[in-house]
Amino acid sequence: MSLWNTILPYILSGISVGGQYALIAVGYTMVYGILRLINFAHGDVFMVAGLMMVYFAAAMPLYAAIPLMIALTVLLGFTIERVAYKPLRSAPRMSVMISAIGVSYLLQNLALYITGGLNKNYPEIPWISDKITVFGATTARVTVITPFLTVALVFALVFLINNTKIGLAMRAVSKDFETAELMGIRINNVISATFVIGTFLAAVGSLLFFSNYPGIVPTSGAMPGLKAFVAAVFGGIGSIPGAVVGAFIIGISESIIKGLDTILITHGVIAEQMDFSTFSDAVTFVLLIVILVFKPTGLFGEKTTDKV
Amino acid sequence: MKKLLSIVLAFTMVLALAACGGSSGGGSSASGDVVKIGVFEPQSGDNGAGGKQEVLGMQYANTVAPTVEIGGKTYQVELVYADNASSNDKAPTAAQTLISSGVSVVLGSYGSGVSIAAGDTFKAAGVPAIGVTCTNPQVTSGCDVYFRICFLDPFQGTVLANYAKNELGASKAYCLSKQGDDYSGGLVNYFVQAFGAENCVQETFPEGTSDYSTYITNAQNQGCDVFFSPVSTEAAAQIIAKANAQSLGMPILAGDTWDSNVILEAAKGSDLKICVTTFYQEGADANFDAGVKAWINGDATAKANNGGNDELAAVTAMGYDAYFVALEALKAAGSTNPADVLKALPGVNYTGVTGAIAFDSIGDAKRDSAFVKECNTSTGVWDFVTVAKAG
Repeated sequence: MSLWNTILPYILSGISVGGQYALIAVGYTMVYGILRLINFAHGDVFMVAGLMMVYFAAAMPLYAAIPLMIALTVLLGFTIERVAYKPLRSAPRMSVMISAIGVSYLLQNLALYITGGLNKNYPEIPWISDKITVFGATTARVTVITPFLTVALVFALVFLINNTKIGLAMRAVSKDFETAELMGIRINNVISATFVIGTFLAAVGSLLFFSNYPGIVPTSGAMPGLKAFVAAVFGGIGSIPGAVVGAFIIGISESIIKGLDTILITHGVIAEQMDFSTFSDAVTFVLLIVILVFKPTGLFGEKTTDKV
Repeated sequence: MKKLLSIVLAFTMVLALAACGGSSGGGSSASGDVVKIGVFEPQSGDNGAGGKQEVLGMQYANTVAPTVEIGGKTYQVELVYADNASSNDKAPTAAQTLISSGVSVVLGSYGSGVSIAAGDTFKAAGVPAIGVTCTNPQVTSGCDVYFRICFLDPFQGTVLANYAKNELGASKAYCLSKQGDDYSGGLVNYFVQAFGAENCVQETFPEGTSDYSTYITNAQNQGCDVFFSPVSTEAAAQIIAKANAQSLGMPILAGDTWDSNVILEAAKGSDLKICVTTFYQEGADANFDAGVKAWINGDATAKANNGGNDELAAVTAMGYDAYFVALEALKAAGSTNPADVLKALPGVNYTGVTGAIAFDSIGDAKRDSAFVKECNTSTGVWDFVTVAKAG
């Protein structure tokens, strides 16, 4: 077996995982860019989107369930912002952050109450769950679609930010809150739009993620959320391309670490198992620390200039 | 105005708390003679599904025998529940809750880790515990008050290894367990001892893993013939989905945990071969099967806890037997005092639906056979394969 054939399946699954992290990471990074708030509830919104899909798919056909799930998730994101963050707009930033942690636990416990803590099986979505063969590696079609869909969505988002009125308003608000307000920008509308876009991407992300990994429990959003947050910081929080690149790097490196033993053994580099797979999560966080030590603003982070 | 609002808010919270306290206080002061049996089981977390099915067995047994004769008096049996949340650090608190509510004996848990973690709490209080399906040896070996009615992992691991070698003709095994999990780690360990360490590829995955595709690829690339992963059902559903998507191409083997309809549901319609060892085979006791199914179908909550159908899990049968072992111990003790029950337990002999139960000097049941079942992926039920004995 050639090196390429051994490594390819790992890279494929890494790219797919990275694509899913990217969709969540964009939500983190957009909210941070505008509000300077780390929205800890984002990963849980992602989980709730998955659970909604489980219940809707049981009650109605998929072509109705998917749009309804996306619409309600967006509504949830919008409501969370209005109820838990907006009243704290003039409060210290730490209060908003704690409010976000509160929302996160609220969603997890609600999910625990509704599901009874049991694992829910995600409905199988035809076509995207089918088996296909790519360069000799068998996988589900969703694995291949994810990165392309992610990149397309992110391009659309960047276009929106650079070329539309609301995008201009977002950029203005992220530069300077008060001045933007003085220039006649309705801050609340801009912030709501940010949350709507962020949760829309999380809803799409949950569709792809749970089609790929079909079990949902109330804490399902925690680990992907944390990894996506790491990806956002890694790429430079506030930067959308940074979040996407960061997510792909983390997804691929995680996947390769898990397979490193096998890759090295099949190519005769090592004879015994070294248990690298144990460190797959640790490596993600070590990577983060290394980046932060050498480039504190992340890969694509903006340089902060002191205003006089 | 804001101040007034916060005061009102604070008052409502205090009232809500008081209401909580009031209602739980009211529940414990039931009239008549009541003996309390603690149910120490996971109701949420990784093992929530299995824990709920085990509790079903006890609840059904409670409807079959709601009273017990102790020392010439008839007592009403009350089940007291505590959720250990499948988590080793929450287990001692859950155990303490049961002790505080004055239970005479405790049943559970599903999952070895939580039982080991709570062992010291039960020991300190002198309350006897009957492990139902916790198979790790450490549950009873380090704890005088812990007994158990199921077989042990050294036995189960050997049976599985023999089955892989002799029946499935495997020469190289891929073993996957969860990091820091006593059950899967222990069982993999005994499997490897019996199978031969040089023929095993062992890997572990961290808590919160959702992407198992790389482990499937690892097993394929290393040319293994059997995939052994006795992990929690939550992880199992994911592993099965990935194994199917990537055409694993080798049988999957697991322990008693996988004897659950979560597995059946996940594997239905795939072309995988999945074999498990377990405690009970449906059909071994027709009366029990019919009774428990009628009860599950007649109770919406019970049906939901069983995964929405009446497919019988072995842990339900074990939970049923555990309840009657506890009643036998109470009868033999002639008192509801935990210390007396503890003294009476080693002498208990009981023949349940899962077979004869008697304890050895460590407190483990003397069991010498396990059932091997295979998942029928077209009909979504378990097919009986064979009764396996160690050696």
